[in-house]
Amino acid sequence: MDNSSWTNLGRTMWAALRMLLVLTVVAGVVYPLAVTGIGQAAFHDKADGSLMTADGREVGSKLIGQSWNLPGTDRPDPKWFQGRPSHSDCDPLATGSSQLGASDPTLVKSVKEAKEQVAAFNNVPESEVPADAVTGSASAIDPDISPQYADIQVRRVAEADGLPVAQVRKLVAEHTEGRTLGFMGEPHVNVLQLNLALKDLVSKQ
Amino acid sequence: MSSVLADVLVVIALVGALVLVHRPFGDYMAAVYQSPKHLRVERWIYRAVGANPDAGMRWPAYLRGVLAFSAVGVLFLYGMQRVQDKLPLSLGFRPIPADQAFDTAASFVSNTNWQSYSGETAMGHVTQTMGLAVQNFVSAAVGIAVAVTLIRGFARSRTGDLGNFWVDLVRGTVRILIPVSVVAAVILIACGAIQNFGDIHTVTTLTGDKQAISPGAVASQEAIKDLGTNGGGFFNANSAHPFENPDGFSNLLEIFLLLVIPLSLPRTFGKMVGNVRQGYAIVGAMAAIWFLAVIAVTWIEYAHPGTAAQLAGGAMEGKETRFGEGNSALFAVSTTMTSTGAVDAAHDSFSGLSGGVLLLGMMLGEIAPGGVGSGLYGMLIMAIVAVFIAGLMVGRTPEYLGKKIGGREIKLAACFILVTPALVLVGTALAMALGKGRSSMTNIGAHGFSEVLYAYTSASGNNGSAFAGFAADTVYHNTMLGLCMLLGRFLPMVFVLALAGSLARQAPIPVTAGTLRTEKPLFTGLLVGAILIITGLTFFPALALGPLAEGLA
Repeated sequence: MDNSSWTNLGRTMWAALRMLLVLTVVAGVVYPLAVTGIGQAAFHDKADGSLMTADGREVGSKLIGQSWNLPGTDRPDPKWFQGRPSHSDCDPLATGSSQLGASDPTLVKSVKEAKEQVAAFNNVPESEVPADAVTGSASAIDPDISPQYADIQVRRVAEADGLPVAQVRKLVAEHTEGRTLGFMGEPHVNVLQLNLALKDLVSKQ
Repeated sequence: MSSVLADVLVVIALVGALVLVHRPFGDYMAAVYQSPKHLRVERWIYRAVGANPDAGMRWPAYLRGVLAFSAVGVLFLYGMQRVQDKLPLSLGFRPIPADQAFDTAASFVSNTNWQSYSGETAMGHVTQTMGLAVQNFVSAAVGIAVAVTLIRGFARSRTGDLGNFWVDLVRGTVRILIPVSVVAAVILIACGAIQNFGDIHTVTTLTGDKQAISPGAVASQEAIKDLGTNGGGFFNANSAHPFENPDGFSNLLEIFLLLVIPLSLPRTFGKMVGNVRQGYAIVGAMAAIWFLAVIAVTWIEYAHPGTAAQLAGGAMEGKETRFGEGNSALFAVSTTMTSTGAVDAAHDSFSGLSGGVLLLGMMLGEIAPGGVGSGLYGMLIMAIVAVFIAGLMVGRTPEYLGKKIGGREIKLAACFILVTPALVLVGTALAMALGKGRSSMTNIGAHGFSEVLYAYTSASGNNGSAFAGFAADTVYHNTMLGLCMLLGRFLPMVFVLALAGSLARQAPIPVTAGTLRTEKPLFTGLLVGAILIITGLTFFPALALGPLAEGLA
């Protein structure tokens, strides 16, 4: 390159740097702050993470799955509706999936074990255990389960909490969310919301 | 309603919405890049930068702008990650190590958005919004600018003037990407996506466990991540994370955002070359390939082949309950076919054959419909090749849109087509030969090979999605994938801009009875055939070793 091309290149780089800084202000400061302003003003609770409260304290986010184990153990607590298996124990700081392929031997083994465990825990035949009960989600913090998985847990939960089965079944029906606008996504049951309602029911007894 | 019927309605709603906006949005974009007027805010920007917005550029000057701006972008983003702990609102996160910071900077500047880090434990507020998200905007604007330049090459004649890079960059950002992103981000917040600059918030659950709730300006980043076909998730789980993608509607909205610019740009093209039917022929080819892949992957996922999926009774491993198989398949096809790479389900856990279709989507060159800008220029290059093949068959000098496709043009097109396969195949072969591939696999056998092939395909094609079992955060892979992303992005741009320059210089040839009618469905068919044959012959051996071997086992 001769001298003038070097000058040209230098000039272009200098303009490029200034352009990047200006666009950083526009797209990296003004834009996110404007969206935050609108979002916080119009949808404050959602913008902060859809936090749920019970007895006056925050107990989690509606959108983030939790584990429902017996305190201090890795065994499921029969009192609560259980969510999907999570390889990170529902840690929101370690999201992501198992990444195992559909024929992977490790996955085959874990599905088999989960199926036996869920069937025995809820006292239902293995054929009634739906796919979401024995597979990990994509986020490891899936807040939902399928209505079928909720259904097979009803009897066990009712027994453990000393509630009539019909009442728990009604609770599940009330907390089953259909597809958005009737066709988008899949029907699901939000486990935290369901368990919060369950807690209310138990405390009223 | 059955899941399948609901999925059909989702596809109908999506296609309907895209058809509705195709014309007005495509026309709007054509006006943006053709208007002689500057907005007031744009004038301020040009003054601050010291650029003359009314000066035309020849292709080398335009290329110099693209490369200088991108080089500065890589250095800036690299530096920001390296000093992250000194920046405000860093949430206590440490600086990103050198190799990973290079990989991430190359990734976001090249519009790939491959990620070897986990957002929720690596990137502070400032790095996310002022570093990564800014590149989401500008890398997309650069892509559209280069596509517009190629259109000008066809539309203009006897000139070296291809437009002004600074003007195209600023207008794409200010007039197209930001306005649409604001609207989309607010809708996402209404669905439940978060938007705050808080701290990591610890709650005590009903069982007495502690759980950390992540903060972030997520909705604002999510909107441009999808609209700009970037795909770099705020969180590791990407669009599967409920804070990024809370429900069935947000999922459909995100798929719409992925597709809306790539599928509207052919209208912009048609408008700018003065014949909208030329645009329909292009968009027809894009849509046909996308649609076939949607049907294939949805069908395979519902059939859920694979021992584990059969045992579970459904292909739900790595999928969210609220999306299920169908909506996840639609997202997966749309993200790989657009060079986005956002995921709402784990592609690694899709059945072997579905994974093969997703891989093929990227190997086709991401032109159906492809990334913002890059999809259109990739497809126009394929159109040139198709015209050339047709010309050989009838023994006539090939021409496209009144421009002769001579030796120089076809050489540039051929160089363009060779870049991605060379990077993918050499990259994968090197990784396997050096043992770096095998040591990063999560899965074994053919599926493990697919993980390596997917990684190098995704990086070289600037997609950014992953068979995420592949442990990419090693010095070797961070460096090699970073190089693949940069070369896979900017080498093709060199050829496109050179091609645009050579086309713009020509005088137009009048249409005669012997001219190949490139606006007819017959040409769309020829184009699809040319794409499938060229890609198929290039990648079939590699596909046979990975997904085909797994799927047919």
